Amino acid sequence: MNLHEYQAKDLFRAVGMAVNPGEVVRDPGAARALAESFGGSAVVKAQVHSGGRGKAGGVKLARSPAEAEEHAEAILGMRINGLAVHEVLISPIEAIGSEAYVGVLIDRESQCPVLMVSAEGGVDIEEVAADNPEAIHRLRVDPRYGLLPHQAYGLATRLYDEPKLASQGARAIAQLYRAFVDNGASMAEINPLIATTAGQVIAIDAKVSIDDNELFRHPALAALRDPTTETAADRRAREAGLSFVKLGGNVGCCVNGAGLAMATMDLVKFYGGEPANFLDIGGSSNPDKVVAALEIITSDPGVRVILFNIFGGITRCDDVANGIVQAVERIGFELPLVIRLTGTNEEPARRILSEAGLAAASSMDEVVEKAVELATW
Amino acid sequence: MSIFADDKSRVLIQGITGRDGSFHARQMISYGTRIVAGVTPGKGGRDFAGPSGEVVPVFNTVADAVAETGAECSVVYVPPAFAAGAVMEAADAGIDFIVCVTEGVPILDMTRAHAFVRDRGCRLVGPNCPGIISPGKASLGIIPGSIVARGPVGVISRSGTLTYEAVHQLTERGLGQSSCIGIGGDPLIGTSFVECLAAFSEDPETEAVVLIGEIGGTAEQEAAAWIGEYLEVPAIGFIAGRSAPPGTRMGHAGAIISGSSGTAEVKTRAFEDNGVRVAVRPREIASLVQELIGG
Repeated sequence: MNLHEYQAKDLFRAVGMAVNPGEVVRDPGAARALAESFGGSAVVKAQVHSGGRGKAGGVKLARSPAEAEEHAEAILGMRINGLAVHEVLISPIEAIGSEAYVGVLIDRESQCPVLMVSAEGGVDIEEVAADNPEAIHRLRVDPRYGLLPHQAYGLATRLYDEPKLASQGARAIAQLYRAFVDNGASMAEINPLIATTAGQVIAIDAKVSIDDNELFRHPALAALRDPTTETAADRRAREAGLSFVKLGGNVGCCVNGAGLAMATMDLVKFYGGEPANFLDIGGSSNPDKVVAALEIITSDPGVRVILFNIFGGITRCDDVANGIVQAVERIGFELPLVIRLTGTNEEPARRILSEAGLAAASSMDEVVEKAVELATW
Repeated sequence: MSIFADDKSRVLIQGITGRDGSFHARQMISYGTRIVAGVTPGKGGRDFAGPSGEVVPVFNTVADAVAETGAECSVVYVPPAFAAGAVMEAADAGIDFIVCVTEGVPILDMTRAHAFVRDRGCRLVGPNCPGIISPGKASLGIIPGSIVARGPVGVISRSGTLTYEAVHQLTERGLGQSSCIGIGGDPLIGTSFVECLAAFSEDPETEAVVLIGEIGGTAEQEAAAWIGEYLEVPAIGFIAGRSAPPGTRMGHAGAIISGSSGTAEVKTRAFEDNGVRVAVRPREIASLVQELIGG
């Protein structure tokens, strides 16, 4: 789950990091008042889950309260990479001496958290990695001991020659790692971490993703989810415990297991169709999940056919069949259903379906081909 | 033969009294797996009843279970919040082969568990995996016994049900399996494709290896390079997620294309460059195996 910049900054402040002040507003008048309180000038930043906010025009400097209001008004109506901006963060303008990058994420290869720092901050770190990889310094952290003080200091000396700045930098790096671990993050970064012309090291941006599997431990973080970033279908899927990704085609897919769900989408494409979604009902056998899945799929007006591909293992085919029958009765949709069920309790499942006037095939290719045909005509 | 587990393996189940653990314990016992103990804290001293009256003693700790029963392998079905702890407990008690079926384990928990397990020289499969089945010998996990048959094909996969699909088709064509292993869909897993390949390459009865991969990460590319260098039997590959858009997580936490390294194209090319025959559709997996080893 991605956090907004202002939410991430609150987590950084909670571990004692020096972060520039700021307040989130939803109306341009409030932006004006804040700019006044900051002495007239301010930076106005879109709060949206997207990189490249600056390039998209979502970050503006205002030299007067009136300008802050204008910028806030423009940015609040904006869409950045398809996402509507509902909030802007207003902060005082800092006198920047230098800009650095500090980030921590989980490295698959070493199976450890890895800290990355670069003196080339304030730009897209992936571009730095591509154009000038030696400008990025990496450190593997042993997760059992955490980041040790000399390690944080060693990284900070890669960013700052000035001893006073290096010790402040080391503190910020250690604090970033602490915020990462304490909040169950999968990624945390500061870009840029600035040294002001007055010699203060402060974070003026913040980006944090929380590991979804940690949210049960952090109800306060789970509550930070921005409901405007989720569609109704995404929310319904999350609440029902389904993995769902809308894709835009017309073959609605309902599959058990992520690998089989991807393979099913691929096969839809292979036969010349376009999948409407990825949807994994998971390993459970709860008919309610099937009902929720069908509600989500049928709420997409682009869907012309619904394809079920179930390989029963832990999932029992008869439970899925019951879910399909219940869903048809409860939501009463007109779309054609193409069903493939095989594996555990396949025979009773076929009986349940045929009593409800539905048929099931046992080959994956057969049903996918048929679904694509029905979607095309 | 088979890899990692067979009919001699003495297996305990962590979380044997839970909903999933008890169901799958009975399945594993029915399959003929030597289940010697169960562990559930607070339920030590009880007996767990198998499907045909088998009696499995339940212990409070893995250490007690190992001391009493000589268990060497563990299958973990405990809830996500406690799964990493259960894995470390098993490693600490001297278990040398652990399968963690649990899905949704926090990734930071797993960074610690992986380091702990590595230090003790024990092998972890998973988490978020269906486990391993050595047909006719033992099942450690949740792969349905009904779809497998004994034979010469080794199967390694990042997926669950997609593996069942492929294995089912192999079995229908009379192509049995030496072992089928699901290594898990998480970004951090204990046993890689390469380690499974190395194990299969030591098994004289494995005549071909099937690799079922998916988008995200570089595990398939590393497997391909290993195959090109060392594997002497034919290999057949499949990659799920050709149609997945970049940057979006497809169910499995590990199934996300970031940058260009995790795409299906890159993985397919790595397979082909190293002599791995690639199936475009799941059904082609079995026909390619048949083409390469007969049967």
